[in-house]
Amino acid sequence: MRPETEEDVAQLIRTAREPLSPVGGGTRLRPGEGQGERLNVSGLAGVTLYEPAALTLVVRAGTQLDEVQRVLAAEGQMLAFEPDARPGSTIGGVVAANASGPRRVQSGACRDALIGLRYVDGQGEIVRNGGRVMKNVTGYDLVKLLAGSRGRLGVLTELSFKTAPIPPCAATLALPGLDATQAVAALTSALTGPYDVSGAAWLPGQGALIRIEGLEGSVGIRRRALSDRLAPFGEVTDGDGACWSDMIPRVAEGDLWRIVCHPSEVARLLAALPQPLALDWGGGLIWVALPSGEVPRLPQWSGHAARVTGESPLTLPAPHPVVARLNASLRERFDPRGIFASESSCKPILQKNS
Amino acid sequence: MQMPEPDRRVIARAASIVARLREAVPAAVIDDPAETRAYECDALSAYRCPPLAVVLPATTDEVAAVLRICHDEGVPVVPRGAGTSLAGGSMPTADAVIVGLARMNAVIDTNLDDRFIRVQAGRTNLSVSGAVDGAGFFYAPDPSSQLACAIGGNIGMNSGGAHCLKYGVTTNNLLGVTVVLMDGSVVALGGPMGEAAGLDLLGVVCGSEGQLGIVTEATLRILPKPAGARPVLVGFDASETAGACVAAIIRAGVLPVAIEFMDRPCIRATEAFAGAGYPDCEALLIIEVEGTAPEIDEQLRLIRGIAEAFDPIEFRESKSEDESRRIWLGRKSAFGAMGQINDYMCLDGTIPVSTLPQVLAGIARLSGEYGLDVANVFHAGDGNMHPLILYNANTPGDLERCEALGAEILKLCVEVGGCLTGEHGVGVEKRELMSTQFTTTDLEAQMRVKDVFDPGWLLNSAKVFPLAVSASRREGIRNAA
Repeated sequence: MRPETEEDVAQLIRTAREPLSPVGGGTRLRPGEGQGERLNVSGLAGVTLYEPAALTLVVRAGTQLDEVQRVLAAEGQMLAFEPDARPGSTIGGVVAANASGPRRVQSGACRDALIGLRYVDGQGEIVRNGGRVMKNVTGYDLVKLLAGSRGRLGVLTELSFKTAPIPPCAATLALPGLDATQAVAALTSALTGPYDVSGAAWLPGQGALIRIEGLEGSVGIRRRALSDRLAPFGEVTDGDGACWSDMIPRVAEGDLWRIVCHPSEVARLLAALPQPLALDWGGGLIWVALPSGEVPRLPQWSGHAARVTGESPLTLPAPHPVVARLNASLRERFDPRGIFASESSCKPILQKNS
Repeated sequence: MQMPEPDRRVIARAASIVARLREAVPAAVIDDPAETRAYECDALSAYRCPPLAVVLPATTDEVAAVLRICHDEGVPVVPRGAGTSLAGGSMPTADAVIVGLARMNAVIDTNLDDRFIRVQAGRTNLSVSGAVDGAGFFYAPDPSSQLACAIGGNIGMNSGGAHCLKYGVTTNNLLGVTVVLMDGSVVALGGPMGEAAGLDLLGVVCGSEGQLGIVTEATLRILPKPAGARPVLVGFDASETAGACVAAIIRAGVLPVAIEFMDRPCIRATEAFAGAGYPDCEALLIIEVEGTAPEIDEQLRLIRGIAEAFDPIEFRESKSEDESRRIWLGRKSAFGAMGQINDYMCLDGTIPVSTLPQVLAGIARLSGEYGLDVANVFHAGDGNMHPLILYNANTPGDLERCEALGAEILKLCVEVGGCLTGEHGVGVEKRELMSTQFTTTDLEAQMRVKDVFDPGWLLNSAKVFPLAVSASRREGIRNAA
């Protein structure tokens, strides 16, 4: 199914008799997702409104991410949350996954730049929430609830973003000699000073990477100040070759795991894991590969871990029972027929329409 | 302001309900009418109603105990932070128990390396920054009531402030909450980076106006303080020119931390009140940038270059701490100044920045039609307007006329693509206007979220949604009881 209008999407959902899996480019699906008949939203494409002077972009959900970025770049702007590029990825998929890159430490996640949306719920009702202005507390913030909901509450049809100017100048400092644990100390030092750091990562072979962006003079000043501050951690070199737009590792074998934590918890977590594939967000995000099907034995920590490739979905730790109940009840209220029962672990509760 | 009829069955049982509450939290229950009167309104003081009782718990467990009793007894509950809501967000009804957070103001944990602070939700906004100031950090959202307002209320209303152009509003700086649901269950939402597995429940609780649960603890992102900050003041001979200058600055890719706008009526009143030395002009902008001194110079050179194309009548760059203070003085005393000369109603609509000239002209026309003066002072960078309608509360009919004018101005904001409220919240004040911005389906989707968190519709239920729209849920539940 490849509807081309919001009304078509609504009609398809209203008349559906079997579970549907809404997809854009299908580039960010996790284990167990996309099992139902695919409702391909990529036909709902195009920019609805773009006002560079108001930092506002409204775009249909099926628009390709690279098309969105091209339109913005032509006006010297960007999506500040820096979603990773994937061929075929749509902006709706980016939102459904709350895909957020290195600049999250400075400018927030996808959900922070999202200021409005339209979606079709499980009964085929078209709903609008938020709007096109960047300060808006009119009613509940369903925008946040839908961002990262992975197609479980509704099919996104139109999205509004706060855009950002592309910084005229950027520089990356590298501390190539550091292992992952040592890197977190250096990244923390950079992030706790007045340097407006816009990227703080670690990659094997490259060491700690710290990015600053802004006006030319300002970048030069902060670059010198940061070099001095980081000198005690090891040799500081030019890291301008670092590829910030692609910080999410791919794995040829085994399962890719994504672990969210506080930077101060990284050392404890890494002690229970093989060498990570990458750290981002100053250590707040760990990417690691594990043998297929293996479940890591992690110490108690304040975040969560998810298997993002592999056979079956798994998130650690198990959610608090009240949180689990709230999640399940919200899904039932947004999608009472279980049309968007996208995971194999979630049994559809589809009832026969009389 | 219409409020639902209080539940007589609850009022009839007041003594036994209070006794149960007192048993659970002995020293924290207020039911003496002389004392409950202090809770009859918040900063929307035109409307008042003393609650059935007030409870001031000291811990999350006590909040949970109170909510379990109220849930059991079918008693409506109104959460209250510091009572500074301009929208009537913590206005009670006669059958309601107010749960106030005033005694819950402790810092629980400060972690500078991980850049967060965990506080009890009754702590004031400014004292959160105060707790980490010495270590070189701050909490970014800065509503103008920050000296008094509580973090719990900030989360309820998703409060903003002058500096959100760069730093975002509460929801962008909130990493986690402990929230007590109406049935007394306690749950932690959010996590590192504000992220949890599953749906973003933290994101929908923030800004839900105390209708989904009572936030008792909050984990807030703190940021290293910038090396310095400096404002400039730019005066213009027309509001439209000032608006165009704002758009040009943003378009040029310079993102100051704040761009504030004041029009002539507001400049005049604040000059008379605070004597900040503002130029006599139609409109002025206060633009603030941050960084080290050379970084500030670099940004201000760019901004001056852009502003000069709009023939400003004055471009005043602060040369000292004292000059910076004086530039902000008028803006920060604007509301006090207006209050000195008149009663006023402060609106909070947000508009697309590009429609600023059109909306300012529309407000001037409506102001003439209704015969009430309107002064404009607002966060221009993000289109969050604060028209102040001046009226005299002692003149019969003036308040009603003022409210009617306010509604017209907000409808205008919605018509041009904006919204009813940018940072104050809907509360009771704008409840009935929600239907101008949302369809029945849009509102139904929001109410379903409340159905999940508070199936009995006991928590702050007479707010946010038009009374007629929420009636069947509120009354259906009561009649079933």
